[in-house]
Amino acid sequence: MDTAILIFKIVMVVSVVLLHVAYVVYFERKVIGHMQARLGPMRVGWHGLLQPIADFIKLFFKEDIIPFSADKPIFFIAPVIGVIAALGSFAVIPLWDGFIIADINIGILFILALSSVGAYSIILAGWASNSKYSFLGGLRSSAQVISYEIAMGLSIVGVIMQSGSASLSDIVNAQADGPFIFTQFIGFFVFLMSALAETNRVPFDMPEAETELVAGYATEYSGMRFGLFFMAEYAGMFVMSSLAAICFFGGWRGPDFWIFSHVPGIFWFLLKVYAVIFFYFWIRATLPRYRYDQLMSLGWKLFIPLALANIVITALWKLL
Amino acid sequence: MNNSDTTLQNDNGTKRKVMTLNLGPQHPATHGVLRLVLELDGETVVKCTPDIGYLHRGVEKHIEHLNYLQVIPHTDRLDYIAAMANNIGYCIAVERLFGIEAPERAQYIRTMLAELTRIVSHLLWLGTHALDIGAMTVFLYCFREREKIQVLYEKLCGARLTVSYPRIGGVKRDVDAEWLDELYRFTEEFPTRVEEYETLIDQNRIWLKRTKGIGVISAEEAINLGLSGPTLRGSGVPYDVRKFMPYGVYDKLKWEVPTGVNGDIYDRYRVRMEEFRQSNSIIRQCIEKMPSGPIMADAPKFVLPPKDKVLNNMEQLIHHFVLITKGPATAPQGEIYVATEVPKGELGFYIVSDGSGKPYRLRIRPPSFVHISALPKLCEGGLVADVIANIGSIDIVLGECDR
Repeated sequence: MDTAILIFKIVMVVSVVLLHVAYVVYFERKVIGHMQARLGPMRVGWHGLLQPIADFIKLFFKEDIIPFSADKPIFFIAPVIGVIAALGSFAVIPLWDGFIIADINIGILFILALSSVGAYSIILAGWASNSKYSFLGGLRSSAQVISYEIAMGLSIVGVIMQSGSASLSDIVNAQADGPFIFTQFIGFFVFLMSALAETNRVPFDMPEAETELVAGYATEYSGMRFGLFFMAEYAGMFVMSSLAAICFFGGWRGPDFWIFSHVPGIFWFLLKVYAVIFFYFWIRATLPRYRYDQLMSLGWKLFIPLALANIVITALWKLL
Repeated sequence: MNNSDTTLQNDNGTKRKVMTLNLGPQHPATHGVLRLVLELDGETVVKCTPDIGYLHRGVEKHIEHLNYLQVIPHTDRLDYIAAMANNIGYCIAVERLFGIEAPERAQYIRTMLAELTRIVSHLLWLGTHALDIGAMTVFLYCFREREKIQVLYEKLCGARLTVSYPRIGGVKRDVDAEWLDELYRFTEEFPTRVEEYETLIDQNRIWLKRTKGIGVISAEEAINLGLSGPTLRGSGVPYDVRKFMPYGVYDKLKWEVPTGVNGDIYDRYRVRMEEFRQSNSIIRQCIEKMPSGPIMADAPKFVLPPKDKVLNNMEQLIHHFVLITKGPATAPQGEIYVATEVPKGELGFYIVSDGSGKPYRLRIRPPSFVHISALPKLCEGGLVADVIANIGSIDIVLGECDR
């Protein structure tokens, strides 16, 4: 019976997450559209609400082109790795109090590990395509991984120190007195920026940098294989936003007074996740793109020292 | 040209090969069909070889078979972003060859439209340049204003892009007060729009990092390479055809030539942003000082007569018939070079006339062609991302370069 419930939970989470991922794309196009003095999707359905479905159908039925000189097995596997890594992370994310597929005690490490695996999909795709643009995209991605994974891991150490646990449920419960954002704002800043780099978002979208590398690692991909990369990117963004919501904004916890205490936890959780995602969109609409060497120096010379300083400050604060 | 034989020495004495990357002709940031053969060491550009000609249409040869009046639509298609400026440049060149002059009102209209075209062209440049560097919103903001100007174009002459509005000896149609009012309202609003673009990128740290100290070209090198327009002025050379060899009514108006200091991408960007303001001011002055009077020169051998006179008057009908079938067949023999300051730099028309209605030879000196030759100088030693920023900063259009 337990197995049946588990399978039901997994199916539910995956399908709901995929639906959200599809509508995050719609949300992004609408938000950025309005920021750029235009409307975004308007034609498919009321205010373009069916656009994600139309996109999916289009991608699904497009011809799947495989370059002649591509390394085929790796070419096939690369996008799958990305999607699995992004969706796998949802196993340890508590959506509301008690609802979690696997409440393991190293939830944060699990997510960080999977996001590193996700980077492999980009590197392998770049390598297997046997195209120079893809290759450069893959190389940039590996450079980005080594500069930002560290900063990101270190930025969360402060949270772990404060809550005394690496389990995401415990971290949320430790924020009963108030979210960690007030004490961990340096960590939050570093985390947010590293998450941008981790999910290849502007201003750190070097691996795909459209105007430089055509489409970077995804240049040779078409149809649903490209769609999988797309899905992995947005699912990854959802994971990172969830992590930000859980570690710094108190996850499913909302204000505990008046009618607010009766609002279900999932509402607060999604509200926070979408707030972070909105911030991502806002950045995309505002900033130009960093250059690849500038990004590395930013990661090594600014974010890692900042994250280390944050750890020291948190440790001292704990001692006192 | 797929694989390079160039090798580089490693620190330990071994050798490594460089990678050849074909940037273009189909690439999101090559402004048309520019092809660059890059030799890369990692992401560092070792060698950059521009390859042009993908948009060659034989315009110059084709023009030899057309009479002077028929050439105007072809000049539209050189720098199709600033079609009006090309038309005006050509018309001025032919007028000087024929020894006629457009009436004052037409001169004012032309000057005003040339500056409006400068704004259009710079808007497209700013949008795509920012888009190349990753700032997406600037692009759409620029197109919002560009759309307004194109609507004005459409009201003026029916076309939005390839206008063919000026004529030899004047302009096709007079501007009415209503149209001028609309343009004036636009000029009132436009400086605030320029400020809006600047709030997005002018002091943006990422933008500064991507543009300051990148693609530096000294004043001496810029002159030696034959650069012109904002690309030259960014290096601090205050050369502007409008000041040095005035045409139109530029010498009757108050305006300045903005220049840069360092000759990097940022300075070229600043020069063009200042030109937005200068052009805007020139347009306003033209509207304020616009005299009344005829819009076509009184030169029946070279200028088409008004339609109502053609239908009523025998001589005018004959003039019309001869001009349409043979062209201005009484054109004086000789040759002439006339340069005008188009948005991208110095556009020159060199015309050799053998006294027939068709130019014996018409050579176009396009600024884009010259600017592309500066690309290796700008790009070598930089990164791939800088190549893209450099292409944007020299503001090229391949229709003009390849002709």
